[in-house]
Amino acid sequence: MLEIIGLQVNHGWVRALRDLSLHIHKGEMVAVIGANGAGKSTLLGALAGLYKPAGGRILLNGRSVTGKPAEYMVRQGISLVPERREIFNSLTVLDNLLLGAYHHYRALKDAVREDVKRVLELFPALRGRERDPAGTLSGGLQQMLAIGRGLMARPSLLLLDEPSSGLAPLVVREIMAALADLKQTGMTIVLVEQNTAAALKVTDRALVMERGRIVLSGCSDEMISNARVQQAYLGRVRAARPAAVL
Amino acid sequence: MDLTGQLLQLLFTGFTLGGIYALIALALVTTFNITGVLNMAQGEFLALGALLAASLCAAGASLPLAFVIAVATLALLGGLLERSAIHPARHAPGLILIIITIGLSISLRGLALLIWGTEPASLPAFSGGGPLFVMGAAVNPQSLWILGLVALAVAGLHAFFELTYAGKVFRACEINRTGARLVGINPAALSFLAFAGSGALGAAAGIFIAPVTLATYDMGFLLGVKGCVAAIIGGLNSVGGAVLGGLLLGILEAFGAGLVSSGLKDALSLLVLLGVLLGRPEGLIGAVAGRKV
Repeated sequence: MLEIIGLQVNHGWVRALRDLSLHIHKGEMVAVIGANGAGKSTLLGALAGLYKPAGGRILLNGRSVTGKPAEYMVRQGISLVPERREIFNSLTVLDNLLLGAYHHYRALKDAVREDVKRVLELFPALRGRERDPAGTLSGGLQQMLAIGRGLMARPSLLLLDEPSSGLAPLVVREIMAALADLKQTGMTIVLVEQNTAAALKVTDRALVMERGRIVLSGCSDEMISNARVQQAYLGRVRAARPAAVL
Repeated sequence: MDLTGQLLQLLFTGFTLGGIYALIALALVTTFNITGVLNMAQGEFLALGALLAASLCAAGASLPLAFVIAVATLALLGGLLERSAIHPARHAPGLILIIITIGLSISLRGLALLIWGTEPASLPAFSGGGPLFVMGAAVNPQSLWILGLVALAVAGLHAFFELTYAGKVFRACEINRTGARLVGINPAALSFLAFAGSGALGAAAGIFIAPVTLATYDMGFLLGVKGCVAAIIGGLNSVGGAVLGGLLLGILEAFGAGLVSSGLKDALSLLVLLGVLLGRPEGLIGAVAGRKV
């Protein structure tokens, strides 16, 4: 479904992604893990059209979407839920959701209303808050709203950047459960997550990024037991040797 | 005229002046909210609209027809200027964009001077008859037209931004540009529409005030500065604040000129600006915008 070939993205003089290649299959849920500054968010930003690649190609269903802006990517079915959520604070929860359906709102008004219902079913905690300004929601509810807004675009590829960041464990469980539900619908999902244990539980495959490159990849089940992943990201240090630095 | 009548007269004059400033401030705030650009050429839109309508009326067109043509032309001009001058520099810092609009202001004023010369042009008052008298103070009926346009613009903008989906799209872009892009909104297209709208509103304001002030090639400069002061007093991001700032400034100027000295009028508005920037930089209504660091 998505093919990335030799992708390179620079932030000024800093090379954030270096010759990164990756293939993501339809219906697959992939976790991207790595330390801060590894390039995970840049990868999602480049896929969503927020960053223009300095080199390489991005193919979506065989068609090149390299360097296209974010507004084009949404129309092609790529929806990003960014780490900072970027919701419209002074607009209501309902307005935020309806704006998520911007590119097909006029043509599919009734279907959009149904989509709102589906989002509220996925995140029942948002029910009853539809008329509240989004900025008055708690962090957890704002994250649910951000994911809901991303889903309103009816994406074929959903990109999630650290959805559990700064949230209480109970809320994280709720969000991860919702992502597992989404996976059941056959949606293709790329999940960037610092909460490695939670991410590996819900995903099919995991990639480890380091300094703008993918250094390790495999089934999530296998990655949980991978010594390198355990030491670096799951906090399980073997007594016999000091913690390895990746 | 007794003292009450004089004070009332100054109040009415202040409301007329304030209405003019409020119209400019409204256009400035709307454009600023959507594009992040403080359009210093807004006063020139007003002057060009008034001059164009005056020429059309002088050529035999009816006032309503001249109004429609001038408003449509300035909407088109606003959009064209955005495409040709603002859009290519859209990634530049805000200060650069303001300097570009100052350049546009100077260019448009020069163009108006070349086309219309230095002679003032006039437009007929919208309604006939002499002034209305309220407790001894005279009210020019055209002043009521101006205040009516302010009320209509406020109600129209409020209804658009609060009640329509298209208005929410504009607001989304204003609140969070990255968020707007991530749902598929193209901020560049909205920027074009915002400038077109401010051109139209500027032209309408110019045509409404020309019967009171006459239309001249350089009428927009000082009005644009005053409109900008009014917008800043109101907080730069609030439609209500723009109107409040405009009316306050107009009333203050009228009382300053009437009770102290007419020479103080312009200095007073700049003093008020200084006071607001020092004492309440977020404006009378505007919210303080926090920046995450």
